[in-house]
Amino acid sequence: MIKINDYIPIVGESVIEDLRLLAQKLKGISIKHINSTSAGGGVAEILSRMTPLLRDLEVDVYWDVIRGDERFFEVTKKFHNALHGRPEKIEQADFDIFMENSRKNINEIDTGTNIVFVHDPQPIALISKKTDNKWIWRCHIDVSNPHEGVWKFLNDFIVKYDSIVFSAPIFSQPLPIKQFLISPSIDPLSDKNKELPQETIDAVLRKYNITLDKPIITQISRFDRLKDPVGVIEAYLEVRKYIDCQLILAGGTAVDDPEGIQVLEEVKEKAQQDPDIHILLLPQNDIEVNALQRASTVIVQKSIREGFGLTVTEALWKAKPVVASHVGGIPFQIKHKYSGLLCHSVAGAAFALKQLLNSPEYAKKLGENGREHIRNNFLITRHIRDYMLLFLSLYHTEDVVYF
Amino acid sequence: MKESIKAKEPFRFYTRLHLTELTGLRASTLGQLSSLIKKVPGSCIYHHTHRFLQQHQYLSPEPPNDFAYWVTEALSEDELGEKLASIDTIQYSSIRSLRDKIADTIDEYLEHNRVAELKFSRLGEEFYFIKSKSFLLPTNYLVYDLREFVDVLKKVTLDSIYFHIFEARLRLEKGKNDFSNWIETSLGDTALANALSKLDPYTFTLEDLRKAVIRIIERRLSE
Repeated sequence: MIKINDYIPIVGESVIEDLRLLAQKLKGISIKHINSTSAGGGVAEILSRMTPLLRDLEVDVYWDVIRGDERFFEVTKKFHNALHGRPEKIEQADFDIFMENSRKNINEIDTGTNIVFVHDPQPIALISKKTDNKWIWRCHIDVSNPHEGVWKFLNDFIVKYDSIVFSAPIFSQPLPIKQFLISPSIDPLSDKNKELPQETIDAVLRKYNITLDKPIITQISRFDRLKDPVGVIEAYLEVRKYIDCQLILAGGTAVDDPEGIQVLEEVKEKAQQDPDIHILLLPQNDIEVNALQRASTVIVQKSIREGFGLTVTEALWKAKPVVASHVGGIPFQIKHKYSGLLCHSVAGAAFALKQLLNSPEYAKKLGENGREHIRNNFLITRHIRDYMLLFLSLYHTEDVVYF
Repeated sequence: MKESIKAKEPFRFYTRLHLTELTGLRASTLGQLSSLIKKVPGSCIYHHTHRFLQQHQYLSPEPPNDFAYWVTEALSEDELGEKLASIDTIQYSSIRSLRDKIADTIDEYLEHNRVAELKFSRLGEEFYFIKSKSFLLPTNYLVYDLREFVDVLKKVTLDSIYFHIFEARLRLEKGKNDFSNWIETSLGDTALANALSKLDPYTFTLEDLRKAVIRIIERRLSE
């Protein structure tokens, strides 16, 4: 089990001391996280790592998961897509299914802690159990352009919470409750981000027949139109006219996602058997993702929409130069020309890639800046600190709080 | 090496941690930016003129403020961006006066560049007004002389350095930084206090600022 002190070599002792100071201020306050799944997905991943660390800091924290039938999760998937701005047909029956499942959870889930911390829309209706305790709703998704009907439905619940948390300023909405900005984070000690021995990296490259004889451009993402893998190939083909390089497109398997399979076919067609384009269908294997990122010369993330873009965080933490779209939470991580290059188009991505491949010293500097930016702002220790501050903010309304 | 004088009152190191609060206010033109700058809470102005110091400690020794960055990057108004970036924050002893200077700089520019008011930022690249909520906590570090002081200075967080140098001076309107204040009043070393006061902290990264303060004190200790 990883302990909070294991992070001292990465962030320094004084940062951990600050966490201990904050934890002391939370003595006597119990907190419960509630989300919709205990495994799979970014929320479960962060809670599974953060909860033991908070306990190690002696914070009285719990984690519970709601239940729902298949129809419920189909509806919440539709809500999720609609909130991301995708056209979805939402009917009254969908809201009814949502409420029917929510009622069961309201009856079953204990929300008697001092603070209840609800993640994402699935458990949002639990707010009807609010007594004199404090409730926070954490919105992990991009709601910069949400489906009006779904947002209106959720809004009736949201306004009953004490505070809401978004991942980027662009997601904030005019609301009568306090809104806080807390970015997600990565865990530098997880399999996806920890240091790897060169032999491990080499073994992964051998497994996928990738050699290091030419620079590697990589995008790690599931095969989804919003990640624009076809656009990445177009940018690579532009770069290829001038620089001999190779491209890795690596993402999760798409067996149960019909649209994913279709996108994968489009990607393969676009790649046209180019031996320097490696399309890798990776099963959930964090070490392999880590190795591919570390072996890359440049990482690209040409998303059309993005929540926060943790693949960018992961790449920057590995001190890689990154070219990424100016969408969602990405500009928060990359300040153009300081810690990476931002783009708005295929042509822009291609130009930035050429710059980085032709100027390795510049690329190195951006990567180093990126790593320090992540160290200061987007590691799990900062995330833990922000959550503890958020808990304290529920009891202290002033702008400057003295202890 | 000179023997360290014991202080009349010990120095307690504090740490300053902040939570970022969203206001829901956004600007997409210079006119909107100026008008909102005049209305938003002081903690917003503070956030946008000091955030860079904490979030980008490694980038440049002269961190721009958010207004300068946005005007340059989102509106391509480089000349105004330069004017805003070069506002000498150290000269302003209150958020109020800093706010006035920023708003006046934008208004004056608009007066001479009418066409600039017609520029809109791209969708999604608007300026979002954010404010900082500060939590001040005493650390366990308590020191009685300069030697102990410099030893602790080497290990406290940058948040602590930040609090004692920036936040104490401007947001809490204490006039001078906490280090100079303690060295002068409790140790009676006016020369050293003045040497620290003369540093322009806005032209250092926080880590370099820590090193500069340590260097000045160690030099004093070795005299």
